[in-house]
Amino acid sequence: MTDLLQLLVQGVALGAAYALVALGFVVIYKATAVINFAHGELMLLGAYLVYGLHVEAGLPFLLAVPLAMALMAFVGWGVERLLLRRMVGRPTFSVVMITLGLAIVLRQAIAARFGFEERLLGDPWGSSALALGGVQFNVVSAVTVAASGALLALFFAFFRGTKAGVAMRAAAFDHEAALALGIPVRSVHAWSWMIAGATATVAGIFLAAFPASLSPALGFAAFRAFPAAILGGLDSPGGAVVGGLTVGVVEMLVQGYQPQLAPWLGTNVHVVTAYVLMIGVLMVRPYGLFGTREVERV
Amino acid sequence: MSRPEGLRTRYETELALLRHGADRVWVALLVAGVVVAPFLLEDFWLSVLTFTAIAAIGAIGLNLLTGFTGQVSLGHAFFLGLGAYAAAYLGGDLGLPVLVWLPGAGLLGALAGTLIGPFALRLRGLYLAIVTLGLVFLGEYLFSNLRSVTGGPQGRSVVSPRVGDLNFADLGALGLPLDREQSWFLFAVPILLVLAVAARNIVRSRPGRAFQAIRDREIAAVIIGVELARYKVAAFALSSFYAAVCGALLGSYVRHVTPASFDLFVSIQFVAMVIVGGVGTVYGSIFGALFIVLLPRVVEQLSPYLPLVSGASVGGGLTLAVVNQVIYGLLIIGFLVAEPLGLAGMWARLRLYFRTWPFSY
Repeated sequence: MTDLLQLLVQGVALGAAYALVALGFVVIYKATAVINFAHGELMLLGAYLVYGLHVEAGLPFLLAVPLAMALMAFVGWGVERLLLRRMVGRPTFSVVMITLGLAIVLRQAIAARFGFEERLLGDPWGSSALALGGVQFNVVSAVTVAASGALLALFFAFFRGTKAGVAMRAAAFDHEAALALGIPVRSVHAWSWMIAGATATVAGIFLAAFPASLSPALGFAAFRAFPAAILGGLDSPGGAVVGGLTVGVVEMLVQGYQPQLAPWLGTNVHVVTAYVLMIGVLMVRPYGLFGTREVERV
Repeated sequence: MSRPEGLRTRYETELALLRHGADRVWVALLVAGVVVAPFLLEDFWLSVLTFTAIAAIGAIGLNLLTGFTGQVSLGHAFFLGLGAYAAAYLGGDLGLPVLVWLPGAGLLGALAGTLIGPFALRLRGLYLAIVTLGLVFLGEYLFSNLRSVTGGPQGRSVVSPRVGDLNFADLGALGLPLDREQSWFLFAVPILLVLAVAARNIVRSRPGRAFQAIRDREIAAVIIGVELARYKVAAFALSSFYAAVCGALLGSYVRHVTPASFDLFVSIQFVAMVIVGGVGTVYGSIFGALFIVLLPRVVEQLSPYLPLVSGASVGGGLTLAVVNQVIYGLLIIGFLVAEPLGLAGMWARLRLYFRTWPFSY
């Protein structure tokens, strides 16, 4: 029983981190209808910026984080301005492949600057742990859950309540119609990339926090968060959180129980469970659990 | 012959494989080139061309699916792996001749493609891309765990292409003056040519038109009578057939495969070949394959002049591998932003320039 609870708690913590990553996908998709394959690398860059500012330059952690977020917002703006703005009106496939190319370049650039060794981020939570009713959990897990909750609330308020948020939804729905209504689609796109950059930093910090550490391999976590974003529906922030938590919990449970219950499945099953789960859900609901159905016009 | 080449007045000429007399000359030159090349080129270049021929088969397959039918796939590496392991199993464990294992690997790939195809009926665009991305991870998991067939994470060896005593990878044994590279070149390039012509025939006839109609607008295609289910599944099956043949040949050529030989980066390389070569052209895929195969070797040749760190990069720094990958990334971005038609588009423009010279506008 305690085992199960322990796994659930770990699963929720991991899921919250995935949810943060998935939220980054959702912001970009909601405004620009593109999946950003470079999100994992933006995350990595954000986390390394925090590392650079905090550990290497000696700034306090709580100052390094907002600074890194601001820098990453700038990077997001740059990506949009330099690359994606030229791609307006091109097939989605091309735009997505651009982000894939960007992902390769960024990852190698980061590896060239920081190397492949694992580093500690030096976050104030460290490896401190709490025990509650026999279940151990790390303080950082609680902070992760709180952060993704707060971010979700913020997104929800932003997309529903603010003019910029509504403009983003309109721009995602139909570029031309939005332009005709006087919505500055270009700056909306720029804004969404800036938000994604800042969000990626937060996600990066929590993915690199205890028990993991910071290394270029972390960028692959984005590939584990894809199913989370898809599962929930690519344009639904709430879906991203539900998807993230589901993927996190299922992954932990499989990792915990599969070696005893189904050893014939071999090693590394938990890496593919998210994808299997996603494919299953997509067969029933092709736009994810909470995604908007696309209406096609002839 | 005063009529400009680009002007076609009959559908037969539009659809023809060889559009005019000059094409016959080109084909004859090409065939002659293939026969002569092994005796003129050094082993290094023959190896580059053999790799290109094998990769081009896979690139044509991906182009049929993505370039012609518009179904984005990041799962090409999975089908490549399937082909390679099928070749290893059929040729190695069962001891079948190449005439059986090569088509066998292709058919197994086509079968897998047929199973994946229906997903494309239910899913659209980016959702499909992510499912095919999942295939790559699923593939790596299967290849590492089905030890009896795949040899696990350490991989396994793949047989050389032989029929009875005839080993296509070592024609020298027959008394011909050919070494391994020359033999492989003469084995792989004709296969590419046959498959490329087959692809060309498919895209210029009924199924190819259906594929392109689906790519351009799915609903409109359905309305004019294209059977969506049939042609989408067919595109997946066909593309996977090419990929599996490519994987089987690749495995046989490099002799040993591991699950890591078929990771996401391989899929990305094939996407790069399609984009750099030219989306929606068969000959573009061959250009693209040549470009992508040649690239790391050129970088390697240039490395003495680049500020590179040699050896393993534990501490970071610019290594050959890093530079190569960065160039792949930049190429994908550069071509998509500046030349969406790829090398095939450049080639077409170049021809147009000279044909209309000196009035090139």
